Amino acid sequence: MNYLEFEKPLAEIEGKAEELRAMARSNTGMDVSKEAEALDRKADVLLKDLYKSLTPWQKCQVARHPDRPHTKDYIDALFTEYTALAGDRGFSDDHAVMGGLARFNDAPVVVIGHEKGNDTKSRIERNFGMARPEGYRKAVRLMEMADRFRLPVITLIDTPGAYPGKGAEERGQAEAIARSTEKCLQIGVPLVSVVIGEGGSGGAVAFATANRVAMLEHSVYSVITPEGCASILWKDAEKMREAAEAMRLTAQELQKLGVIDRIVKEPLGGAQRGRKETIEAVGKAIETMLKELTGKKPDALVRDRRQKFLDMGSKGLAA
Amino acid sequence: MNWISNYVRPKINSLFSRREVPENLWTKCPECGTMLFHRELAANLNVCTSCDHHMAISPRDRFTALFDGGVFVEVKVPEPVVDPLHFRDQKKYPDRLKAAQKATGEKEAMLVAEGEMGRTPIVAVGQDFSFMAGSMGMFVGNAIIAAAERAVKLKRPLILFSAAGGARMQEGILSLMQMPRTTVAVQMLKEANLPYVVVLTHPTTGGVTASYAMLGDVQIAEPNALICFAGPRVIEQTIREKLPEGFQRAEYLLDHGMLDRVTHRKNLREELITIVRMLTGQSPAVKGDLPAPGVPLPAEARE
Ligand SMILES: [Zn+2]
Repeated sequence: MNYLEFEKPLAEIEGKAEELRAMARSNTGMDVSKEAEALDRKADVLLKDLYKSLTPWQKCQVARHPDRPHTKDYIDALFTEYTALAGDRGFSDDHAVMGGLARFNDAPVVVIGHEKGNDTKSRIERNFGMARPEGYRKAVRLMEMADRFRLPVITLIDTPGAYPGKGAEERGQAEAIARSTEKCLQIGVPLVSVVIGEGGSGGAVAFATANRVAMLEHSVYSVITPEGCASILWKDAEKMREAAEAMRLTAQELQKLGVIDRIVKEPLGGAQRGRKETIEAVGKAIETMLKELTGKKPDALVRDRRQKFLDMGSKGLAA
Repeated sequence: MNWISNYVRPKINSLFSRREVPENLWTKCPECGTMLFHRELAANLNVCTSCDHHMAISPRDRFTALFDGGVFVEVKVPEPVVDPLHFRDQKKYPDRLKAAQKATGEKEAMLVAEGEMGRTPIVAVGQDFSFMAGSMGMFVGNAIIAAAERAVKLKRPLILFSAAGGARMQEGILSLMQMPRTTVAVQMLKEANLPYVVVLTHPTTGGVTASYAMLGDVQIAEPNALICFAGPRVIEQTIREKLPEGFQRAEYLLDHGMLDRVTHRKNLREELITIVRMLTGQSPAVKGDLPAPGVPLPAEARE
């Protein structure tokens, strides 16, 4: 278990319980079950307490938790016959973006998502979920295919942002993102998105310009990282707590603003403490969102999606 | 057709500009260090007369030079909710807005206008870097949507001059949502088969580059303009190496296939007229400065 900074007191209690049990295992005859159970209860209470009212900055940490399920985990669990389709046909295949054909509840779909990786090797291979232009161009290609063959598109959002690298800029990062957002707005098939972790800036919106957008309870979605915002507006990256507060990047505030449509509840202690339940809940949300869009004509899907974004922000927090 | 090129533009720049240009003041060119007399600089569209460095120019001054006789009509932009997030950093967002309004004499970071350019009716949008770094928030989004709707209604081409440090951070996620919003505006133009020409000026960065500023039918940049998604400093911090000279500048982007043209500000107007008239199937333009629409050409120009 990886503990977050604010979970330190919890780590201590859970660590103590674990220690007791380990001692009992090596000293037969020693009974620690009572003490261990008492610690468990104490940990439960503390966990509930910690997660009852996470601050926006704490949510950022939870959203970035390395043990949270990532796109690959969702694809493995929720989809069948996943057939990855690679490459942008121009330069390379970007491993920060997964995508391909798959079946969702037996129906063929196109699924696209940022993948961060889950150990050092895969994180490097996936570039920590930071896509280069080729990732967005692959997504455009897959969305076009979905449009032609009338397949719904499901996107999973989990990126710190588009990769700020030399090659990425040379090959037109900005243009690639712009085209991906444009494609999202053009396809005459249902497009649903779920922010499963970090929805980082243009790199996220390029896949999340959807008919329906859901967010996991402790995920975040923002124009810049709180650290980035703090260093620009406070001239001090250490002011990320204040920045996270001011930016209104939590699922709860984004729903109030009318930027997202639904929140998917996470198990107590966050998705990282109940990966299976989280994945199932996301599956249900995708199912519901797709159901809401079935039977809509291609024109109506495009028109509704555009109108949704044109109207966005018109009421501020009063939405 | 050069019979009209001798016609001298009336000195109306200063009449139309709301910004106070202090008399007897000099500006030092940040590139070559030459001291430039304000009037001289303004007459040269804020381009250094000695080294051709393109300095910032306000949309109002740009439009005055762009439209025939300096005459244009502002297109009304629907007012967004002020301070939608109740954002507060070291200052309150409304206070920052007020300060920017006072410093620039403008309401926000985008100006929309309609008028004629070389007797070619157009709608134009100009982003104002001097207003909170031209940053993109709800107003900028509304301005682009209003411009596109106006262009579609009047069946005119839209010319957009971009200049922005990126997102209006104080509008948080709503700033990000301008990327899809403005993309819808661009789609309105494309569906109406109306030309959308983007002129990227220094600097155009972040979400602005990654949305409406990269979706033009024709992409033109001013010389040496910084055009990027991630800024050079962020990249240097990420890759821990020094970037080559000219990286992310207009000429570099042209070399890498991201632009159609890099054009000196003094040639921009005629080039825009030429392109837009061809794209809309109109006859070749009357070149040179022209008086306001409806004003007859002066005798010496008519010959
Ligand atoms: Zn100079």
